[in-house]
Amino acid sequence: MDLKGIQIKVHDMSLRDGMHPKRHQITIEQMQSISQGLDAAGVPLIEVTHGDGLGGASVNYGFPAASDEEYLRAVIPHLKQAQVSALLLPGIGTVDHLKMAADCGVTTIRVATHCTEADVSEQHIAMGRKMGLDTVGFLMMAHMIEPEQLVEQALLMESYGANCLYVTDSAGYMLPDDVSARIALLREKARPDTEIGFHGHHNLSMGVANSIAAVAAGARRIDCACGGMGAGAGNTPLEVFIAVCNRMGIETGIDLFKASDVAEDLVTPILDFPVRIDRNALTLGYAGVYSSFLLFAQRAEKRYGIPAREILLELGRRKMVGGQEDMIEDAALTMARERGVSAASAA
Amino acid sequence: MSKIKCAIIGSGNIGTDLMYKLQRSELLEPAWMVGIDPESEGLARARAAGMKVTDQGVDGLVPHVRADGVKIAFDATSAYVHKENSDKLNALGVMMIDLTPAAIGPYCVPPINLKEHAGKREMNVNMVTCGGQATIPMVYAVSRVQKVRYGEIVATVSSKSVGPGTRKNIDEFTRTTAGAVSKIGGAEQGKAIIVINPAEPPLIMRDTIHCLTEDAPKAAEIEASVHAMIKEVQKYVPGYRLVNGPVFDGHRVTTYLEVEGLGDFLPKYAGNLDIMTASATRTAEMFAEEMLAGRLSFDAAA
Repeated sequence: MDLKGIQIKVHDMSLRDGMHPKRHQITIEQMQSISQGLDAAGVPLIEVTHGDGLGGASVNYGFPAASDEEYLRAVIPHLKQAQVSALLLPGIGTVDHLKMAADCGVTTIRVATHCTEADVSEQHIAMGRKMGLDTVGFLMMAHMIEPEQLVEQALLMESYGANCLYVTDSAGYMLPDDVSARIALLREKARPDTEIGFHGHHNLSMGVANSIAAVAAGARRIDCACGGMGAGAGNTPLEVFIAVCNRMGIETGIDLFKASDVAEDLVTPILDFPVRIDRNALTLGYAGVYSSFLLFAQRAEKRYGIPAREILLELGRRKMVGGQEDMIEDAALTMARERGVSAASAA
Repeated sequence: MSKIKCAIIGSGNIGTDLMYKLQRSELLEPAWMVGIDPESEGLARARAAGMKVTDQGVDGLVPHVRADGVKIAFDATSAYVHKENSDKLNALGVMMIDLTPAAIGPYCVPPINLKEHAGKREMNVNMVTCGGQATIPMVYAVSRVQKVRYGEIVATVSSKSVGPGTRKNIDEFTRTTAGAVSKIGGAEQGKAIIVINPAEPPLIMRDTIHCLTEDAPKAAEIEASVHAMIKEVQKYVPGYRLVNGPVFDGHRVTTYLEVEGLGDFLPKYAGNLDIMTASATRTAEMFAEEMLAGRLSFDAAA
């Protein structure tokens, strides 16, 4: 595979997707030091928000250590070259959040929907574009539908004004051929000036391989997380991906050693547990379950005595989509009742 | 016993489902169906059911209001045209039940504040949103026991039951519902989340209601209040069911519900749509009771 000389934009997720394994408790100071480290390493774009995007602060997804606005205002003014993006899931966040983020200096807005529901993004994508933002349509759980159907949805987002379309492997379920098929068809059908991107999770250890397959099929924006800090077994680890790109001659403009120092010195020390492919993260990738469900399932296991793996498999059977974190405790309660297990404690 | 004559504006799925519910009512009679498309299946169905129909919008109904004695109208069109519809009919003394998110009148969630609205002679009441009708009774069930400093609802609906209007303006759902969680539900602060799930066969509407109480939750009282409220809602939505909870976790009180529709015209999984038409019917019946008892009448504007 000759990808030599291809220029791509790497988008760091550690301060947004990385909020999941941190239960959204990354401090302002940690956000500042990591983002400044990434900035110095040449990472061009960094996402900063609650793990579930703007407005994600909730009982359902977790209350963060600081508000989206506080994080954005603390991070953006200190960056020399890197720009900052924000994620928005319609149904959770609104256009009001988008305006707030733009006011804080965000240059990219990524509007995320489940892969079959692109038409709920119209008002947000249209507004992002109208405000002159780099506007991304982000189709989650993209493994759940066939490439043709996915492209149809992506083109809706393009028609609303998105200048970049993402294939998002939220469950870390895809194999390289799945990625190639989706990205290649999207590249063929989208307008030539529309950028294509890929967001991977490392649940089957495919983050790097899938991202390379995406580049080979025409993607020019790739999501990675420094130190791999993301939901499930994390996102495509940024420093590993950069190393592979260097070997292959794919140009990212990022300094490998500086990036790997940020991973080692700033990201790894703040982890509450190693973000790795343990049996539960593996189950996400194996059964095609939304990666952010991981910690919720582990908490439900502690409380209701049902193994997290079995809860995750049940959620997969029920075809739960991103955002349905509430159904984890619900499923655990129902399973515990059916099995005659009593809750560990009522307090 | 004579019935109160009603007009349904909007001959789509919601309007048609409403027609079936009104036909069963002992207090209401569906007299007019108002559409804008002469080819609409909804108008044909209404005609076959013996209703008078017009494809000229509200203007086609206005000349007949007095002669036909129409007293209550349901608006199942869109927020954009609701105010105009409401103004025209209110001027003729017709009270308006608004199923759009326009919300120019006060919110009505029947088991909480319907009696109050009937007493205040409101000429326009708004049915909030489907998520609001399903969840606000549960927020109220906690807040009537003790102070709720934060109420949050998660409504998950099947993809097939979410129409183009809601999809185009999903922010309106989150904003309106969040506002009503606080205003009607009694939580100091409100938040609403909507999730659309495309699974086949379609999933029944699910609703999760999280309340954070100010002081430690009074578990026994809240439990009794939640069960009593579910019975109240079941009077007009029999498929309103508790799946799990209330769960008590520190100051968090969480209730997990499902809402199955009656399947009048809309499919049973679309409990989100059914609870809107059922709540609207319930609301109209309360006003109709007052009208039939001679305690309530609205005069046409001079």
